[in-house]
Amino acid sequence: MNAIASHKPAPAIPVTQSGVADVVAASKLGLVFNTNDGPVQALSNVDLTIGKGEFVSFIGPSGCGKTTLLRVIADLEKPTSGTIMVNGMTPEQARERRAYGYVFQAAALFPWRTIADNVALPLEIMGISKAERAERIRRTLELVNLAGFEKKYPWQLSGGMQQRASIARALAFDADLLLMDEPFGALDEIVRDHLNQQLLELWARTNKTICFVTHSIPEAVYLSTRIVVMSPRPGRVTDIIDTNLPRERPLDVRESPEFLAIAARVRDGLKAGHSYED
Amino acid sequence: MDSLQSKIVPVGTLLAILVVAWYAFAVMLNGPFQRDLDRRAGETPGQLEFLMRTWSQPKPTLPAPHQVAQNFYKSTFTVKPWSNRSLIYHAWVTLSSTFVGFAFGAALGILIAVGIVHFASLDRSLMPWIITSQTIPILAIAPMVVVVFASIGITGLFPKALISTYLSFFPVAVGMVKGLRSPEVMHLDLMRTYNATRPQVFWKLRVPASLPFLFASMKVAVAASLVGAIVAELPTGAVAGIGAKLLNGAYYSQTIDIWAALVAGSLVAVMLVALVGLAGRITDYAMGGRPA
Repeated sequence: MNAIASHKPAPAIPVTQSGVADVVAASKLGLVFNTNDGPVQALSNVDLTIGKGEFVSFIGPSGCGKTTLLRVIADLEKPTSGTIMVNGMTPEQARERRAYGYVFQAAALFPWRTIADNVALPLEIMGISKAERAERIRRTLELVNLAGFEKKYPWQLSGGMQQRASIARALAFDADLLLMDEPFGALDEIVRDHLNQQLLELWARTNKTICFVTHSIPEAVYLSTRIVVMSPRPGRVTDIIDTNLPRERPLDVRESPEFLAIAARVRDGLKAGHSYED
Repeated sequence: MDSLQSKIVPVGTLLAILVVAWYAFAVMLNGPFQRDLDRRAGETPGQLEFLMRTWSQPKPTLPAPHQVAQNFYKSTFTVKPWSNRSLIYHAWVTLSSTFVGFAFGAALGILIAVGIVHFASLDRSLMPWIITSQTIPILAIAPMVVVVFASIGITGLFPKALISTYLSFFPVAVGMVKGLRSPEVMHLDLMRTYNATRPQVFWKLRVPASLPFLFASMKVAVAASLVGAIVAELPTGAVAGIGAKLLNGAYYSQTIDIWAALVAGSLVAVMLVALVGLAGRITDYAMGGRPA
């Protein structure tokens, strides 16, 4: 039971001027991959802070390091320079305390487990009692509108439902931070719109901090409170855009002038990052 | 049963072609000896009579299918199953050492695979030896093993089972190494985000992911186990078992006996492979496998 208790913020948390603890604080972060073709600068000089309750999107062309940055936050990659803190700890400590839930590009459900058992996986690993597991499975599946599908196997569900199940799995152990790596990238536009809406509702209800990697401009603008625009070779942050859209966002907000203005700025940021290639 | 019908027709056709070819070969191979016999007896049988005679010699070079079938039926259903003349008795003797050898072989193979997957040093040190072990012809090593054990008073099931183990651990070890390493990087990353321990990753991810590989390799292993048991029976002085039956038939030129024993052997092999396949299907079903 220690494990669940320990995801609560440790007492010694740095506090920003606004008085809100930083969930992620990166400074001069760099990462060099050593490949067969020599070193590749995947991340260079990334400065970024993410506050509690924010919805931050990372957008950029492939190779810009957006996924790598997410993986560094998750302690799936080690930075080679600079510093990064997650909940005031090193990413490794944060991972050991199960500070975040990670949603991958594919649903990555275990095919031999039912939906309920897939959601139970992290809970089993964290040693949560059976009764408590059942309660959390019920609650999180309800949260992603999958109640009634507990006994189904992943192959019996559509791609969108599978991805929702994987979000439920990431929510099941109540981490305050949700890291999502292009979770809807493999889904069609209609399903994606629907899931975007559901994700916003879920974010509003759970008050989690969400880091969201995407390569879709409308998706980034629609979802985020802040958009981090990145560009490749070397992977770096070229622009950070605060969006001033209301938190309540019906889908047609995407036709509003404010929305289009932000989208245009994101597009400009992406172009600027690319200009040297032409 | 559309799928059953779609199987019966091609399999049946192939079987019919084989039987016809078999009869033709029986005429070709038994013909010279039959002509010799007829000449000495001063007989000149007609074409049809000659064919019939080539298919009913007591010790033919190649027995005709119906001769084998008759012999198989006689020594399976008309004698007591525990008598020395019963194929069921001999099949059982071979089966029991096959089972023991296969059980040990599968267990050993799994153990080796677990070691290889978890310790890089074992991967480097053990694998070359395992591969070398399989390059030694079993026909050369089986008699030595049997003779060595016999000299210290151990005979019967154990040395035979050992040969079966020797043949069956290899496919299981190789299959399980592949199976335990089969989880996708994404699944392994997922377990890492949960800060799962190595035993947790092993039991909750690697083992379930490896099961299809295990059953595929066990199908190969159980057939190899049977071959091991039969080969091990050849030098035991031919007491009992399918191998003993083959050797006896060779001593006394009882070619029909040999073929009947071969049929019994292959039926046992089919049964064993089917049994493992069934166990695999049940496991697959229990693990929520998509119906094919």
